[in-house]
Amino acid sequence: MYRKDYSARKYVIIAGFALVAVVLLVRLFYLQVYTNQYKLSARDIALRRVIEFPARGRIYDRHHNLLVYNDAVYDLMVIPRQVKRMDTLKFCRLLQIDKAFFIKMLAKAKHYSYYKPSVFLKQLSKKDKGPIEEVMYEFPGFYFQTRTLRRYPYPIAAQVLGSVGEVNQRDLKRDSYYRSGDYIGKSGIEWFYEKELRGIKGSRLVEVDVHNNVRGSFQNGKFDTLAVPGADLTLSIDEKLQAYGQLLMQNKKGSIVAIAPESGEILAFVSTPTYDPNLLVGRQRSENYSKLLLDSLKPLMNRASSGTYPPGSTFKLVETLIGLQEHVVTANTWFTCQGPDSKPIACSHYHVSPLQMRLAITLSCNSYFWKTFRAIINNPKYANTHDAFDAWHKKVISFGLGHRFNTDIPFEKPGFIPSRAYYDKVYHGSWNALTIRSLSIGQGEVLVTPVQLANLAAIIANSGYYVKPHFLIGMSGDDTLSEKYHKKQIVPFNQSYYKVAREAMSEVFTSEEGTARFYRMDSISQAGKTGTSQNPHGKDHSVFMAFAPVAHPKIAIAVIVENAGYGATWAAPIASLMIEKYLRGKTKRPQLEKRIIDGDLIHNQKPEKP
Amino acid sequence: MRKQENFWRSVDWLTVFLYLGLVVYGWLSIYSASGSSESVSIFTLSERYGKQLLWIGLALLLAFIILVIDAKFFSSFAYVFYFLILFSLIGVLLFGKTVAGSRSWFQIGSFALQPAEFAKFATALALAKYLGKLQTDMRLFKTKAVAITILSFPALLILMQNDTGSALVYFSFILVLYREGLSGWIIVIGLLLAALFIITIKFGEFYVAIGLVVLAVLLFALFRSLRHQWKIWLSSLLVSLVFVSMVDYAFQRVLESHQRIRIEVMLGMKEDPHGAGYNVNQAKIAIGSGGLIGKGYRKGMLTRNHFVPEQSTDFIFCTVGEERGFLGSMVLILLFLALLIRIIQLSERQRSAFSRIYGYGVASILFFHFAINLAMTIGLFPVVGIPLPFFSYGGSSLWSFTILLFIFIKQDANRLNVL
Repeated sequence: MYRKDYSARKYVIIAGFALVAVVLLVRLFYLQVYTNQYKLSARDIALRRVIEFPARGRIYDRHHNLLVYNDAVYDLMVIPRQVKRMDTLKFCRLLQIDKAFFIKMLAKAKHYSYYKPSVFLKQLSKKDKGPIEEVMYEFPGFYFQTRTLRRYPYPIAAQVLGSVGEVNQRDLKRDSYYRSGDYIGKSGIEWFYEKELRGIKGSRLVEVDVHNNVRGSFQNGKFDTLAVPGADLTLSIDEKLQAYGQLLMQNKKGSIVAIAPESGEILAFVSTPTYDPNLLVGRQRSENYSKLLLDSLKPLMNRASSGTYPPGSTFKLVETLIGLQEHVVTANTWFTCQGPDSKPIACSHYHVSPLQMRLAITLSCNSYFWKTFRAIINNPKYANTHDAFDAWHKKVISFGLGHRFNTDIPFEKPGFIPSRAYYDKVYHGSWNALTIRSLSIGQGEVLVTPVQLANLAAIIANSGYYVKPHFLIGMSGDDTLSEKYHKKQIVPFNQSYYKVAREAMSEVFTSEEGTARFYRMDSISQAGKTGTSQNPHGKDHSVFMAFAPVAHPKIAIAVIVENAGYGATWAAPIASLMIEKYLRGKTKRPQLEKRIIDGDLIHNQKPEKP
Repeated sequence: MRKQENFWRSVDWLTVFLYLGLVVYGWLSIYSASGSSESVSIFTLSERYGKQLLWIGLALLLAFIILVIDAKFFSSFAYVFYFLILFSLIGVLLFGKTVAGSRSWFQIGSFALQPAEFAKFATALALAKYLGKLQTDMRLFKTKAVAITILSFPALLILMQNDTGSALVYFSFILVLYREGLSGWIIVIGLLLAALFIITIKFGEFYVAIGLVVLAVLLFALFRSLRHQWKIWLSSLLVSLVFVSMVDYAFQRVLESHQRIRIEVMLGMKEDPHGAGYNVNQAKIAIGSGGLIGKGYRKGMLTRNHFVPEQSTDFIFCTVGEERGFLGSMVLILLFLALLIRIIQLSERQRSAFSRIYGYGVASILFFHFAINLAMTIGLFPVVGIPLPFFSYGGSSLWSFTILLFIFIKQDANRLNVL
């Protein structure tokens, strides 16, 4: 049998080889050059954007005492799409969580996004994360992110400093800077200066391996940005004075506001009951927050700026200045008083009568100021009483009352100074001085906040101007920022009238009939005015405003102790002790101090609810 | 002395250089795939690239030995090699070590040998030895039967080791049989049946059966000439229909579940990016992200960070695809194509039928590995674990391909001494 020659078949075979090579090349061209799909997938699985969180700015008091700093904690993050089958039991055991929690949190993360990282477990301490850190490679899709928590070395000024918490849906919608799980200033200074304190987040694009370990920067950090740390703030708060104020106010409802009159810097901003700011930090935040929120004494409320009270007799100084400026009275004008029998407004006690203006202030005579107010409203200079009331209203407003200061004071309420339109509405246009007589002694519709009252003391101390009360006095990296708080607001009354007011307030301490004569100090000259604020919530509020030293005031202060009775009993001694503490650094009236500190005006009272 | 000089001159250096080019390209890819970021000496045996360097050195030594020993050695001892390999394949079934589901490794100390790799050249030698005899003829039933028997023994033994990929390699010898006179129709019919199998799995027996009947009626209606051979056409239609009706049974019963899933994933019938489809999906992403020119050497984001499983062995092509892009992939494909065509050319110039047939065996085996490995890596073929010749990490595979190729180079260099 001869062998047939099949050598031509080599062409068929070579053609077959070439055909297969072409098929492979076409497929590769499709995968590598034509479609973009795989390039996007590659970035998606092999790159991760790591957010670098800047350190939040620290907060100092006026003497550079650290009030707020940062403490490192670790959030366990999860990217649901990258989670593989894993030893869930081990994972739960290492983290000390139960399986139900694991399932719940993973479902929550999936609900938010499969591709974006979510916080799986918040704020683990270094110790908590220790056991699992070594075996993280067993749990792809999970990784740690360093976060910082706020810490407060002094448990003071909680309502001023505010707190930091996780962003909510509204924050996320409002500002694209935030991502789920980020932290944001929720209240107080933390809220007001959020943009300055937070700094700017940085980000790094890193390569990760299949076990989700970071292998290094992508393309030598070409796409990376550095985090910019937040600015450190210096507040005008005096840590020692603030702490002392909180001590004096313990077991009392109310507030103390102390201002440096020349600069408007707030030295102390006490609101009680208060709480330790460290309670609203970290994982226990939400639990504690709910407790504080439900507390019937409202510790979260900042009474110093959002509590509104009738100013009571402290308001008489406003009437004094307006009366003098309108020339309806002089410092030497005599008025009579029948004590508690006086009409239409009774006086609190029997005293000499008739009397002149300074003594009326010192004694806090109601009749005198009713008559002054009547003279202001019935001033013949104006076409009618309503026009005169307009003029009065305008002057009252000029003391910084009835409006917010709109500085960095958080949760400020405007208070209330009734206007002509208001009374027209209430009384259908038919009203006169008698109708609104309560205004003469700071009662009725008029409402002020403690910070407004302290500012009023500052205006009299400064003889006619104020700088809007504020907290910020310094910010790292920004020297110009605080200048907006340097502007003097003029309250245009004649200097001699201020002198009358100052002298009268001084005599409140120095005169033998002065309402604050028991709190006189030999070393420090004080000037003040008591108030007893009637209110519909129970016993009168004890009110006091003051400044010291009289000749060159360094501190202006307002104290309100709710439902504590006479201004002279609680508010005046607290103000006086604060003045002493601030100007001397220490206090030398241990008995007085003890009475105040031990005074419990909350728990000894009848419970509000039956 | 003169004879020696003549010998070195008669070696086909083009083939040797193509071989060296692939080995070097392969080592660079393994280095890139397994190298850590710290610079460790490339001679370390603690990393795969270091070990592979040792394997390459030993492979070159083997190549040298093959070139200097007598060319007749291989033809004379062809059957001896064949039976030795058959025994070792049986031995591995009895005493072997199971790796990744295949009982196909002999463990000797810390090194493991895979006899299935060496079965390829032994089988090629035995087949060449048998078909090279003058009295054989592919038109004879006996020749076909013996040839197929020679191929079947190692293939079945390897199949019993659960190494489907390596067993499938023996199908490639059909090209050798074709070159030696086997009817081309057998290949055509084989490919058609394979296509029918795939189509049936994808679209279901019912629709494919209807499609076949409609196609037959159309052909019959359009081409009058077919009508004379209606018996042939009708019987092929019936055979096809019977085949189609058995596909489902074969698919469900004969194949194992992981094989079924791999086929379904390849056909796009199943999305399973975390299970069976994971390897291919990651491989496609790695290769696809390479773009036209690649990300640059040792800059493969996915391959360097271990996103592709088996990336230095069966999926080594991913490193080329990702780091060298389409152009680098094309270079690899063209290198292989050049080597294959060169082997065919050399085979055809052989005086002895043994050398020619062996050459075709070499080309067929290399072609099958190259085509199936790349096809599975880029999702054109179900995942079967076979290495890319000269590229994939592993001593057994590199040595067996080197032996396979250099026995042929030796035969070719010696061709003028054959009478």
